[in-house]
Amino acid sequence: MIKNISNLGDAAVYCDFGLDISEKINLNVISYFNSLSKLVEEHKINGINNITPSYNKLIISFDLSITNYSKIRQIILDIRPDNEINNSHKKIKIPVCCEEEFGLDLSRLSDKTKLSKKKILELHLNKDYFCYMTGFIAGMPFLGDIDTNIRCDRLETPRVNVPKGSVGITEQFTNIYTFASPGGWNIIGNTPQKIFDPLNLAEPALIKPGDKVSFYQISKEEYQNWNE
Amino acid sequence: MSNTYFEILRAGINTTAQDEGRNHMYHLGITVSGAIDQRNYKLSNKLVNNSLSEVSIEFAYQGPLLKLKNGKINFSITGEVMFKIIRKTLKVEEGVCYKSYILEDEEQIDIISTKNTAYGYLSVSGGFKLEKIWNSYSINTKANIGPNNGKKYSSENKIFIKNSKSLTNKEFKINYNKISDNVIRVIKGTNFDYFSKKSQNSFFSDEFSVTKLADRMGIRLSGNKLENIVSTNIKSEGLIRGAIQVPADGNPIIMLSDHGTIGGYPKIGVVISADLDRVGQLTPGSIINFKEVSLEEAQNIFKAYTEDTDNYLNETN
Repeated sequence: MIKNISNLGDAAVYCDFGLDISEKINLNVISYFNSLSKLVEEHKINGINNITPSYNKLIISFDLSITNYSKIRQIILDIRPDNEINNSHKKIKIPVCCEEEFGLDLSRLSDKTKLSKKKILELHLNKDYFCYMTGFIAGMPFLGDIDTNIRCDRLETPRVNVPKGSVGITEQFTNIYTFASPGGWNIIGNTPQKIFDPLNLAEPALIKPGDKVSFYQISKEEYQNWNE
Repeated sequence: MSNTYFEILRAGINTTAQDEGRNHMYHLGITVSGAIDQRNYKLSNKLVNNSLSEVSIEFAYQGPLLKLKNGKINFSITGEVMFKIIRKTLKVEEGVCYKSYILEDEEQIDIISTKNTAYGYLSVSGGFKLEKIWNSYSINTKANIGPNNGKKYSSENKIFIKNSKSLTNKEFKINYNKISDNVIRVIKGTNFDYFSKKSQNSFFSDEFSVTKLADRMGIRLSGNKLENIVSTNIKSEGLIRGAIQVPADGNPIIMLSDHGTIGGYPKIGVVISADLDRVGQLTPGSIINFKEVSLEEAQNIFKAYTEDTDNYLNETN
């Protein structure tokens, strides 16, 4: 349940579901997201621009010339979300090449965790991860939870340009950079698979919240010859 | 059928189509995009009698050199922009911003550069003939979303113009007063208490300078390091335009229109809606100060901002 509602600037509402991260809390966030999205689609609320669910937060941004914080806050307080769990979630396998040129942070992670690069990959690959959310850049999935032994913080200064397809880790999560972008995650490999397709207007994102995703290793040759 | 278009003789540094932005897509990681300076974008449309949400061309620093083909249009340029109009007679006219012009077939607009600001806007009567993607004309070059395959314009492209019903010989003008104030008003962020008392104070009293890492995604600042005493990471959560994140290096980053939809650095503050246009126009090397305001103050300042915009818009009536 929502523990606290506050304003984020003058044009957004910040709903805090606490500090814990679990599938259960995340599904509760998603149920609020679904209820609010429905009200927006049915034109029952005006002025909402975007609703962003994340692990344990929900941020609603709005147009300050149409509505305001106290109005949107009241709408959220009035919502009784149905916690019906959607079972249409997919299982997706993603190829990843972890050669030196792609696994940009593997050596550093190896020094930091005192684990060999091989061991780090062994602990990361071939496990089912839950997709908590998509975002940051178009279609980027936030997956978890990774093995406790390979968890690490973000980079102190984010990279200006993380290559497209990079697979990163930070804390208990792993992700995929769907586009070249600035970013602070520790990069362990790169996938040749298209994760976000802007030309697919109906369903641009391959991975959606609630899906299960696992990674499997491919060689550099397989990477270079990848054909979907 | 209209076959009027701009031939691009020089594309400029970052020339894109922009409008009010693309909403209802954050949850997929698709950011809002849209004109960085919304007021100047709207004024450029108003000067050529367009709907305020018609698509315009946004350019950054050096703009494009465009040649009109197969038609006659009204156009206007807003912002602080140096530009020239090259007439059919080869006479070169100095361009004036916030003023409507007639451009004849084969005449050129040479947008030389912005002055002390980053972005300017070009609108044409009737608007550009482009297709909306997810309900917006805005080009998002990072995710390749929007018209022109989501890419900035290059000299190989043509920019087609809709058939204008509103072409006029009447000249419209707006007397625009630029606010040259480098105080940016901010509401405390959700992680304000992650920072030491000293850094909380210095955030609102020290100067920050805009670094070279400034684009449509955001602006990285440098100044006295902001000391985080709780955690330099938060669990990734939604971001909005104007949010100020502070990564572990202690230097704030302000999110602009093409910002990531989710971020994992603590948010020390959020720029108020009324100051977003001004923040977006900051150029590398600019010195700024942050000033704290309450939610109520921010709402009142926004009302005044909207009234000012309306007053400018009404000048052309």
